[in-house]
Amino acid sequence: MARIVVDPITRIEGHLRIEAVVENGRISEAYSSGTMVRGFEKILKGRDPRDAWAFTERVCGVCTTVHALASVRAVEDGLGISVPRNAELIRNLMFCAQYCQDHAVHFYHLHALDWVDVVSALSADPKETSRIAQSISRWPKTSPAYFSDIQKRVKTFVESGQLGIFANGYWGHSAYRLPAEVNLLAVAHYLEALEWQKEIVKIHTIFGGKNPHPNYLVGGVPCSINLEEMNAINSERLNHVGQLIKDAIEFIEQVYIPDLMAIAGFYKDWGAIGGGLENYLSYGDLPTLGYNQPDSFKFPRGAILGRNLNEVHEVNGKDTEEIKEYITRSYYKYSGGDAQGLHPWSGETEFNYTGPKPPYDLLDVDNKYSWLKTPRWRDNPMEVGPLARLLVAYGKGHEEVQEVVNDALKRLNVPVTALFSTLGRTAARGLETQLVVQWMKGFYDDLVNNIKNGDTRTFNDANWEPSTWPSTCDGVGLTEAPRGALAHWIRIKDKVIDNYQLVVPSTWNASPKDHNGKRSAYEESLVGTPVANEDQPLEILRTVHSFDPCLACAVHLYDPDGKHIQQITVT
Amino acid sequence: MAKQLPSLWEAMQAKGYSRREFLKFCGAAAAVAGVKATGMASVVHAFENKPRPPVIWLHFQECTCCSESFIRSSHPIVSDVVFDYLSLDYTETLQAAAGHQAEKCLHDTMKNYPGQYILLVEGSVPTKDDGVYCTIAGRSAADILHETAKDAAAVIAWGSCASHGCVQSANPNPTSATPIHKIISKPVINVPGCPPIGDVMTAVITHLLVFGKVPDLDSQGRPKEYYGRRVHDTCYRRPYYDAGLFVEAWDDEKARKGYCLYKMGCRGPVTYNACSVTRWNEATSYPIQSGHGCIGCSENGFWDNGPFYRHLASFPGFGIETTADTIGTVVGVAAAAGVTAHAVTTNIRKKKIINDRIDRSVTDREPKEEGGDE
Repeated sequence: MARIVVDPITRIEGHLRIEAVVENGRISEAYSSGTMVRGFEKILKGRDPRDAWAFTERVCGVCTTVHALASVRAVEDGLGISVPRNAELIRNLMFCAQYCQDHAVHFYHLHALDWVDVVSALSADPKETSRIAQSISRWPKTSPAYFSDIQKRVKTFVESGQLGIFANGYWGHSAYRLPAEVNLLAVAHYLEALEWQKEIVKIHTIFGGKNPHPNYLVGGVPCSINLEEMNAINSERLNHVGQLIKDAIEFIEQVYIPDLMAIAGFYKDWGAIGGGLENYLSYGDLPTLGYNQPDSFKFPRGAILGRNLNEVHEVNGKDTEEIKEYITRSYYKYSGGDAQGLHPWSGETEFNYTGPKPPYDLLDVDNKYSWLKTPRWRDNPMEVGPLARLLVAYGKGHEEVQEVVNDALKRLNVPVTALFSTLGRTAARGLETQLVVQWMKGFYDDLVNNIKNGDTRTFNDANWEPSTWPSTCDGVGLTEAPRGALAHWIRIKDKVIDNYQLVVPSTWNASPKDHNGKRSAYEESLVGTPVANEDQPLEILRTVHSFDPCLACAVHLYDPDGKHIQQITVT
Repeated sequence: MAKQLPSLWEAMQAKGYSRREFLKFCGAAAAVAGVKATGMASVVHAFENKPRPPVIWLHFQECTCCSESFIRSSHPIVSDVVFDYLSLDYTETLQAAAGHQAEKCLHDTMKNYPGQYILLVEGSVPTKDDGVYCTIAGRSAADILHETAKDAAAVIAWGSCASHGCVQSANPNPTSATPIHKIISKPVINVPGCPPIGDVMTAVITHLLVFGKVPDLDSQGRPKEYYGRRVHDTCYRRPYYDAGLFVEAWDDEKARKGYCLYKMGCRGPVTYNACSVTRWNEATSYPIQSGHGCIGCSENGFWDNGPFYRHLASFPGFGIETTADTIGTVVGVAAAAGVTAHAVTTNIRKKKIINDRIDRSVTDREPKEEGGDE
């Protein structure tokens, strides 16, 4: 029995800490804690609801745009505004571009080093790497000379003694299993993906002026369309978007997916590790007939309980009995007592830090231990994210999703149960990117056709002016961030925000235990995860990273006496 | 004992780059830093002799948009920055190591390269309640910042969070989010924006590397190179402003013609940034070009100068004869004292006036040793 300390977990966004107990080489208990808070809900009170998108967009710069989208939808829902067809299509294009960029960056730059041993790539035979690359893809950059150059670059880098971002990695760890040649291939694509990701986001720049944090607008999108004008979305701008999409399809289909499948093939045992919760939630997104018709969404809405894919439950963000947030183990207090759960419309954000004074070694995990609240759907802990989206779609009989999932299972020769795992989560992210990049092309074609048919409207001015607003109204904006179900709830009173609550994907996944002592997704999936070397908890990174955490994260493992292993030196 | 670092030229030679490629890179770097052709010799000399400096990149109260913007840099591309120009020894976003192994990277750099490493900070520091609102490895953000800043050769505040406090410092600032220049006593280069432009971020670093000195800063600690002009003064839609042609409603006929967004709340007249010149994401566009007004994201306290869609002239103190900088003072956005007359009249006498004003807007704001207090 032993426990370890890893702090911080890197290659994520934000600040999170997990403390866990390891017994007999496996994790037997885990505690997930968000260690940073900013108080958005308090800051938003009293402000113009039309400004809220800009504030909330700054919740996350990695999954930029998604909070802005949730926010404008919440306000539009409250004020009864529907956006023009072009605005819906442009929002969808920005959504898809975000998925492609975010998922590829997660795979190559945040997650890959959990599976890819960079140092091992030095001993690869570039000719063999070339052969492998050409056998799995028709991507052009696959010559032996190309891989040889990459290898030389890595070699020089390593030999310089200045290892930079690769310093003190877990190189040589027994859990790394790729042949040197595949490691070299992955390193080459790490570099290529870093270059490509800055291209696809130009779709945001064209429609929203910049990335990260493009501009949104309640009632539509801020850009106008005018084919007779260089100051608006015109043929040149549309061509630029079209080209970016074409290049994205090529990169996703010829680099990301082949790499994902090649690497997954060496880690099939991770199809039985890190499954965690058996409940999945998706709000769905990518409307094709308007936000108020969820049946038209490309990603369907629904909830799955107990991994029963034969039954997908209805989900309603407005039903005050469905989604509730608890703070029993979170650093907040509720005016009606900490035991109750509150629907976000009546949610409260009152800080109540009861943890140890920094600097500290250990959290008081028997009491409140996180800045994240604990959301529940009908009192159930739910996993959200790419896997949840695919499972809900699969369960609802979504043919495109079933086809891509079944095909991947067949290619990897793994059972359907392998989906409920660390590997399944990582695979699901890639598979949905494969779908999203094609859907993006479809939305682009629809946009061009709509303009061709004479519709150039991008904004609905009904109810823009506060003088038209009711004295009070409530709205909810549901969306699917790359990391999972995201929603904003707003209460507008006397033209300003009276209450604003956000329930973000990592709140679902990374939250502390609930009022019944039930674990949320991170904690549940860590339990049972093997740890081969307590000084180098690579396996923990794999499972935690498979969720693509949106908070800087620290994993702490403790022995049963609460004593953690001191500074670990890696030589 | 401090290690001897290889120069960038040595590092590039070792990577198999030719002299010709090296000179080409120097040319590109010089172009970014705004060096004239005659200054090329000094650029080449700098890269030949300066070491590849170690870098520590910290994250506090932030959203990681600055890191994301950094990796959007197109010239130079970020893989070259990370692997060839700098030694990015600690970055929670990209580094392979985690936990103690990551902490070791941080401590090794501080120990082995005192006075030689560059400290980049993303995020504000909450000072209320012993800093419990942001802890990493059980330590408060302020604690970590003090320790790492002590022996840093240069400190750069990335983005509006580290420079000004940004969104979490908006009223009522629940956690007392504080910019880093108010926490440490060292000079800080502020590179504000939410986020800053990626190519500006890499250019500020390149400036340090090439010239071995801090770029000229204005009174708020911002490099004049990128924050010396108002978005308004360099905006390609400026002629419409001067001609009195304004967008009156979203997606109206005037919006479709790309008229000035001033009446829609554009903060270009009170915002110092390079957006309308450098533009975003390899000069693809910038907010105004894509139809939305500037929200002033690089200005101190911009979140509390809303609502964003209320046009500047609607604020108290902004009459038709009032200058854009006066309104800046009134709403608390003003970059600094010194900039005067910005006539809001709509005629053609702009040319000379603008030239004079632009010159003054730069020269009147004295560089200051320290980061500058607001």
